[in-house]
Amino acid sequence: MTTVLVYSDASANLAKVLDIGNFSWKAIDDVAAAGEFEPVKGWDGAVITVNDDTPEIAFGLARTLRGREEAETKILLLVSADALPELGDHTDLFDEFCLTPFHPAELEARLDLMLSRNEGGETDAIITYGPLSLNVETYQAMIDGKALDLTYMEYELLRYLASQPGKVFSREVLLSEVWGYDYYGGARTVDVHIRRLRAKMGEEHANLISTVRSVGYRFGQARWT
Amino acid sequence: MAMEPQENYVLRTVEERGVRLVRLWFTDVLGQHKSVAIPPAELEKVFEEGLQFDGSSIDGFSRVQESDVLARPDARTFELLPWARDDEPSSLMFCDIEQLDGSPFAGDPRQVLRRNINTALEAGFTFFVAPEIEFFYLKDNDTTTPLEPVDNASYFDLTTTDVSSDIRKTTQHMLEALSIPVEYSFHEDAPGQQEIDLQYTEALAMADSIMTFRLVVKKIAMERGVHATFMPKPLDGVQGSGMHTHMSLWRGEENAFHDPDSEYGLSEVGRQFIAGTLRHAREITAVTNQLINSYKRLNDGLEAPRWVSWARNNQSTLVRVPVVKANKPNATRIEYRAIDPACNPYLAYAVILAAGMKGITEGYELQPETTVNLFDRKAAAEAGVATLPRSLDEALKEMENSELLKEALGDHIFEWFLRNRRAEWERYSRHVTQFELDRYLTQW
Repeated sequence: MTTVLVYSDASANLAKVLDIGNFSWKAIDDVAAAGEFEPVKGWDGAVITVNDDTPEIAFGLARTLRGREEAETKILLLVSADALPELGDHTDLFDEFCLTPFHPAELEARLDLMLSRNEGGETDAIITYGPLSLNVETYQAMIDGKALDLTYMEYELLRYLASQPGKVFSREVLLSEVWGYDYYGGARTVDVHIRRLRAKMGEEHANLISTVRSVGYRFGQARWT
Repeated sequence: MAMEPQENYVLRTVEERGVRLVRLWFTDVLGQHKSVAIPPAELEKVFEEGLQFDGSSIDGFSRVQESDVLARPDARTFELLPWARDDEPSSLMFCDIEQLDGSPFAGDPRQVLRRNINTALEAGFTFFVAPEIEFFYLKDNDTTTPLEPVDNASYFDLTTTDVSSDIRKTTQHMLEALSIPVEYSFHEDAPGQQEIDLQYTEALAMADSIMTFRLVVKKIAMERGVHATFMPKPLDGVQGSGMHTHMSLWRGEENAFHDPDSEYGLSEVGRQFIAGTLRHAREITAVTNQLINSYKRLNDGLEAPRWVSWARNNQSTLVRVPVVKANKPNATRIEYRAIDPACNPYLAYAVILAAGMKGITEGYELQPETTVNLFDRKAAAEAGVATLPRSLDEALKEMENSELLKEALGDHIFEWFLRNRRAEWERYSRHVTQFELDRYLTQW
């Protein structure tokens, strides 16, 4: 299980994000306690709040975590708009940040993204969500344990959506991220491929991809609406 | 040479799924489905170099000197065949045909459509189409006895005698497994007649889908001991089979046919596109309706359009502009109603697009909407509208003089098509038909 250190924000909102993300986490309000609760293999990630008045405490903790040889801890900073300029001078001390007050779905997506980044381990080659599993090494998709026969673009679209469940993507974003800007079909092409994917996933699973009116598409459940 | 990501996807999938045969598909000039199968071990080489074969025995591919061509599989069209046995997975890819130097082969219908699509793209437009494909289920294909439809059902009928609904359902599932979503499927007017409407997509992908569609419909029917036919007019006295196609041009996110401030919500571009299809309708009919039999449908006075005209809510016109709900501006489209399902879809869509684009680039003026029912011959004559060609012969004469068609199809296909269809017409002209024997043998 992924271990996450939380500094100073013990809010219910954050707790909910971490619980749903199935993380093993520990909140501390004194940086000195970071070492005390540290697991043997080190923290996998840390969510550190940058205090507007005393930002150096957060950066100090980040520097300590970065300096450890036992483990590489991925660091996400929670930062207010006012303290945002501080980040520019400390780009080496974090992997990801999120503005406060944060939107739970956004924080969740950013955490997932950060913690899955640069990990070459075998488990990371598999994306699973409910009945769906995608092996990004072999390009194979399964639903309910049965192989899903996809075209290349259907596979790429599903992989992109499923790697960030709950997040809503506009057609333009999907077109540029999945197809690349040069594709001539235009945003309508996205709709066409979503329909094909839903048809292939079958009626009982078609709702894994939902249409978000006048915005775009989302894979999986929106957890915070 | 480095593989494209989609080619890597195909190679890896073929390996992971233990695919035994890779079928490479393309079409001849008349739209007959061609297939060559290669073992998976050859696939990587074929991606790199193409598959060389002798094109001289493919209709419309033959040339005087060099007859070898290359089939270049389009990895984005890769699909596993849903009907392959579990222990023998098999897959398909559509191919572009190239000359040995890698340039597009002028006899390849898929390349012709792509070229016309690219011309429209240069003007900023993407071409989306959605066909409504009609066909018949017959008890068999024995032409020495009267043809028998599988049922006596009619429009939208749902009865226990409608055996075709079961076949249609299986067909629909098979299509969806092949990335061809179905919008509607139902029993049409005539006994044994079916209609399956496909969900819109970009025109090249749709032409591929129509090729797959015809194969799947025939295959599933055959497995149930039924003969499916896309022949435009197989039965006397009942309506024939058409392939009405809904069309729209898109400029990025926007439907270029829509303009909320114009009459009927139809933009200037939309009006000019219709004007182009109408002005060139007589020239393109040989391609959209390429069989002698196609004209038996167009002449039958039942549902097929006979007159070069347009209207919003009039089923008798060549082009219909369906009325769109106010909150659905993106549904603005036109419906071109002459095409029949025995066409070559690549060429049919290429020539309609070329005609429509001509209307846009030349700024054609749209004739007034037809308000009379054109199935009434007298009313049509009074309205002064032109008719579509009444025979393949007449259609070919129109085509011969068409600069538009020559350009849209390219010299190679333009000349071969005319020669081939002209020969067909000559054979037919010499043939003594049952109709003549029945009427003249004893009387004279």
